[in-house]
Amino acid sequence: MPNSLPAHVVPAATSSRRTAGWMGIRRGHRARPGEWLAEHAIFAVALSTILLIFLIFVFVGREALPLVFGKVSTAAVRTFIPPADLDRLPPETIREYLGLSDSDFKAKDHDTLKLLMEVRAESAQEASTDRDAGINTVSWRYLLRPHQWTGYDKPSYIWQPVSGIPKYNLVPLVIGSLKATLVAMLFAVPISLAAAIYVSQLAGGRVREWTKPIIEMLAGIPSVVLGSFALLVFAPAFKSLFGLDSLLNATVAGLCLGLTCIPVIFSIAEDALTSVPRSYTQAALALGASRWQAAWQVVLPAGLPGVFAAVVLGFGRALGETMIVLIASGMASNVSWSFLDSVRTLTATIAAELGETPFGGAHYRMLFLLGALLFTVTFFLNLTADLILHRLKRRLEGGR
Amino acid sequence: MQQEFPIVPPPETSSPPPTLIDVAGLSLFYGSHQALKDISLGISERLVTAFIGPSGCGKSTLLRCFNRMNDLIDNVRIEGRCQIGGEDIHAPEVDVIELRKRVGMVFQRSNPFPKSIYENVAYGLRLHGTRDRRVLDETVERSLRGAALWDEVKDRLHQSALGLSGGQQQRLCIARAIAIRPEIILMDEPASALDPIATMKIEELIVELKREFTIVIVTHNMQQASRISDRTAFFYLGELIEYDATPKIFTQPGKRQTEDYVTGRFG
Repeated sequence: MPNSLPAHVVPAATSSRRTAGWMGIRRGHRARPGEWLAEHAIFAVALSTILLIFLIFVFVGREALPLVFGKVSTAAVRTFIPPADLDRLPPETIREYLGLSDSDFKAKDHDTLKLLMEVRAESAQEASTDRDAGINTVSWRYLLRPHQWTGYDKPSYIWQPVSGIPKYNLVPLVIGSLKATLVAMLFAVPISLAAAIYVSQLAGGRVREWTKPIIEMLAGIPSVVLGSFALLVFAPAFKSLFGLDSLLNATVAGLCLGLTCIPVIFSIAEDALTSVPRSYTQAALALGASRWQAAWQVVLPAGLPGVFAAVVLGFGRALGETMIVLIASGMASNVSWSFLDSVRTLTATIAAELGETPFGGAHYRMLFLLGALLFTVTFFLNLTADLILHRLKRRLEGGR
Repeated sequence: MQQEFPIVPPPETSSPPPTLIDVAGLSLFYGSHQALKDISLGISERLVTAFIGPSGCGKSTLLRCFNRMNDLIDNVRIEGRCQIGGEDIHAPEVDVIELRKRVGMVFQRSNPFPKSIYENVAYGLRLHGTRDRRVLDETVERSLRGAALWDEVKDRLHQSALGLSGGQQQRLCIARAIAIRPEIILMDEPASALDPIATMKIEELIVELKREFTIVIVTHNMQQASRISDRTAFFYLGELIEYDATPKIFTQPGKRQTEDYVTGRFG
């Protein structure tokens, strides 16, 4: 066979090695600088996007890092060095005591250092006598486990970052986020999948033309508008309907959150189902299936990878959505099983508190920790989803 | 096989074998375009009837009338009569699902479901309410044997059907169609996407299936029509030009147009 090939046709393996010049032109290929440039420009843009995401994560993570390694303490200091000892002790001890870096320490003159030591002594003398005041509330034990704080009758999970003794328990926020997201998904997934099946498989051309853009238009409503709708219209109606004591709760927030997920899930699921070959439907119909049976038994299983991707994206959207939960969730950090209690989500907490916290403080770093947590959860969620997706696809395409 | 039936008399007047599909004055419109013009023909039981003709001549459209697959297209209007086993299939009281149980179909492109080989064949049975595992197993095996596929797939029944070759997939589709024991199998160019060896297997299979089923096949391949069919209908621009025993159509056609087409002068 190789003998019959024309002389200028070189086997692929050889031709790729024989590159010529800066553009990597192979023998027999004409130089096309425009194409080369476009190709590499697109590659550079794609690469920088990935890099950007990575850098965002690095930045968020860096702000939270001192917390993770226990470099931050909120414990009130009771012991202090009298300001008069400034000249008596070695400079290194003073520098460590004041928590200054080398260059900072050198830049400050004697009077400033003395002033700093006086401030420190004053705050130590005024420190609360509460038995909790000595606790470092940002250590992992207090972030994750319940603690019986002064004035509480049992160990509890408390998020109370602005108080005499700041309390940073993550559990109520995580539970709050999960509750709102769960309600949103329970509401949005069935509705959007049903709509996707209907529009892609059962509806006539006319209905399809109208329904798809209208549902997708829902994605264009700003979430602050949806949140206001939840607060002013939906929540009062919900309250009087179920005779609740308070206006805002996980269900109200979750349902409105669901509204933002519907267009995401619907749109992707509809595309996935529409791209299932028509020949499957035809085969099922020719065997005597009804349109519904064909859609449910044949098209849906065949489009499952895409539908699954749609649900995962919707979940990510619900978890990351901020404005609606900020407005309509009640913002009370409860730990309970009831979906009629107010919740405080991770995202809303960051949005509400980041603007009002001193730069570099424990609270500030804690909020970045929440951000990193969200980032990580979403990343692993997408990763798992992707793995499942590939497995599903392989199975459908005839692999083992 | 040519000796099995009388060559000369036209099918309308031949007494054996009995007519199963009876079409009289059938016209079909896509919107204002008339795709079939006043078609009348009778298709006999347990014979292979081939529809030939150039693209767009209406042969596939007529085929799709027999199991009412044209219902899926908007703006289709049908006039005239089409009876299967003496029953008008376009009558309002006809259950399309029952009709499609009686009239199976194999498509041009093999279209197995993205399920296992077993599930593909069992799908029609499950659809019509068979739950008994033993019945399913037996029918799957019988259907795959009937489609000359059993020996090739018996060790991998539960693997995906999409892993089969094109010819095997098409035979799987035939197995899927015969699993629900239809009376008639409609085939819309079943071998046009296959290589010669796979085509030969399908053709052998069709001749084999003739013993139990009535087969109507649309084909572009005139050699194929002459090899496997007992009767051939030639269509041109929505009209039935000539319908007769296959040897007659290919050796001494009655109309000039038919002769031009089968001898390759146009088409």
